[in-house]
Amino acid sequence: MTLWWSTLCVAAPLLAAVLLFIRPKWMAGIALVAVTLVLVGALGLASVLHDSGPQFIAIGGWGAPLGIGWRIDGLTVTMLLMAGIVGWPVTLYAHGYFGGAAAGRHFWPLWMLLLTALCSLFLSNDLFNWYVTLELLGLSAVALVTLSGKKAALDAAQRYLYTGLVGSLFYLMGVALIYNDYGVLDLAVLREVTEPSLALWVALGLMAFGLLVKSALFPLHFWLPAAHGSAPAPVSAILSALVVKGAFYILLRLWFDLVPATLPDAVSLILGGLGAGAIIWGSLQAIRATRLKMLVAYSTVAQLGYLALFFPLSESGQWGDAALTGLVYFMFAHGCAKGAMFLAAGNLQRAAGHDDLVSLAPTAQALPVSMFAFAIGGVSIMGLPPSGGFIAKWSLLNAAIGSGGWIWVAVMIAGGLLSAGYIFRVLSLSFSESGDEPEPGPELVPVAKSSEWASLLLASIALLLGLNALPMLDLLSIGLPRAG
Amino acid sequence: MTVTDFYALVGVALFVMGLSALILRKRDLQRILGLNIMGTGVFMVLVTSALGQGQPADPVPHAMVLTGIVVAVSATAFALALSLARERHK
Repeated sequence: MTLWWSTLCVAAPLLAAVLLFIRPKWMAGIALVAVTLVLVGALGLASVLHDSGPQFIAIGGWGAPLGIGWRIDGLTVTMLLMAGIVGWPVTLYAHGYFGGAAAGRHFWPLWMLLLTALCSLFLSNDLFNWYVTLELLGLSAVALVTLSGKKAALDAAQRYLYTGLVGSLFYLMGVALIYNDYGVLDLAVLREVTEPSLALWVALGLMAFGLLVKSALFPLHFWLPAAHGSAPAPVSAILSALVVKGAFYILLRLWFDLVPATLPDAVSLILGGLGAGAIIWGSLQAIRATRLKMLVAYSTVAQLGYLALFFPLSESGQWGDAALTGLVYFMFAHGCAKGAMFLAAGNLQRAAGHDDLVSLAPTAQALPVSMFAFAIGGVSIMGLPPSGGFIAKWSLLNAAIGSGGWIWVAVMIAGGLLSAGYIFRVLSLSFSESGDEPEPGPELVPVAKSSEWASLLLASIALLLGLNALPMLDLLSIGLPRAG
Repeated sequence: MTVTDFYALVGVALFVMGLSALILRKRDLQRILGLNIMGTGVFMVLVTSALGQGQPADPVPHAMVLTGIVVAVSATAFALALSLARERHK
């Protein structure tokens, strides 16, 4: 059964992509079926995990070293669930957002290809296969950014493309060095044979650099705000919620299976320091942003910093597990909350025809459902109970306090306060006085009801993650990776 | 220095040259060429690892390089198309 469920997660969106390329009909319907099948596959894998623990599959009977092996544990399935759960409302939203527009015809097959790449990335456990999935993910993501055809979007897409390719090539150079030394690519095998050596450090350094560029960790985030801010709203949501997590997922796998225990403390401290820098810098930029979508994009830069805080915390012995739980929960909750915020921002932009914060108040007051979705997503980003973001930050804080990392505690609290700063900037639009009579000024473009409700649906999931954390934490703990 | 080391060093040199072209050059075509040179450097290092002492060559790196070339060709085509689209906006 494992093979069937996991194949479903990759085959369904791939077939949908091919179908959408050759016959662009019932586009949203086909995509919605494919995303549902991904979700079904992920749930199927979750039940297999519950019954029989972590799984390794050799596809077609060809295992490592010659074939490609898939690995399915709690982390894999949580990520697949994230892709399906974020993907569903986004697909629904895109149906209303694109309508019959020409850009939509290209959106659907590209989105399905991106989902295929993402699912096979999460399932893979092989250094070279990861390179291929990273490239597929990157190319389809850049193509999605260009959809609007505007100059700003094309410029951002080009920078995104070049940066992404450089990141992949750095990663591939690291893979080449590792293959030179060990002649193996499968992570499960490598875990057994690697020994600390200069060549391994150089290879890991190259791979980590490439992956950090792709996951936009401060100060390598320079390509992200423009790309995420100028893409069409459903694409921004996909990029911020899912795509950056792909590269980080690989980094996490390498951290557990390839990085020797003799790693100097300084390395994880530097990573944590960059994370702290991202939280402060990204939040300040979000507070200063003049455009709503740029604000949300800079918020992503800040939130990605929390992911890097995991590295120093994971070294703290017994608190490492709490930190990992917090981290994965954070990725999931951020995916839902940030996705919802981008979708809501897209509704405002569509209605007003622009997203300049200063003159958005009348639009905000005309779209209460979208503003409500933005607010709920914001609650999770700020880490307030009872949201998923709260559970995540609570676990990370616990790990930081338990291991005596007071500086990380201070950074996390400061980050929470700063995020409240930029989120309330947006929410205040709903309450600002625009005179007793409604302004006759801006003509609002009608927004599809399904798009409004899709943003609220995704935001509600972020909230539900907090109210219903136990099943998720159970799932995650199956085959929890450990360093060493 | 063995032949293998020499090839690997040339690969690394190509990687660095391509990267510097990408950073220093302003024109799209030069930067796309830089990316391709970087990729060639990586492929060279990969192929080097196929060479066994007295044993038949390992086929896996060749498979990887072939896949890498396919990826590089697609990425180059896309980068050129994107550059043309930007050109039209000027």
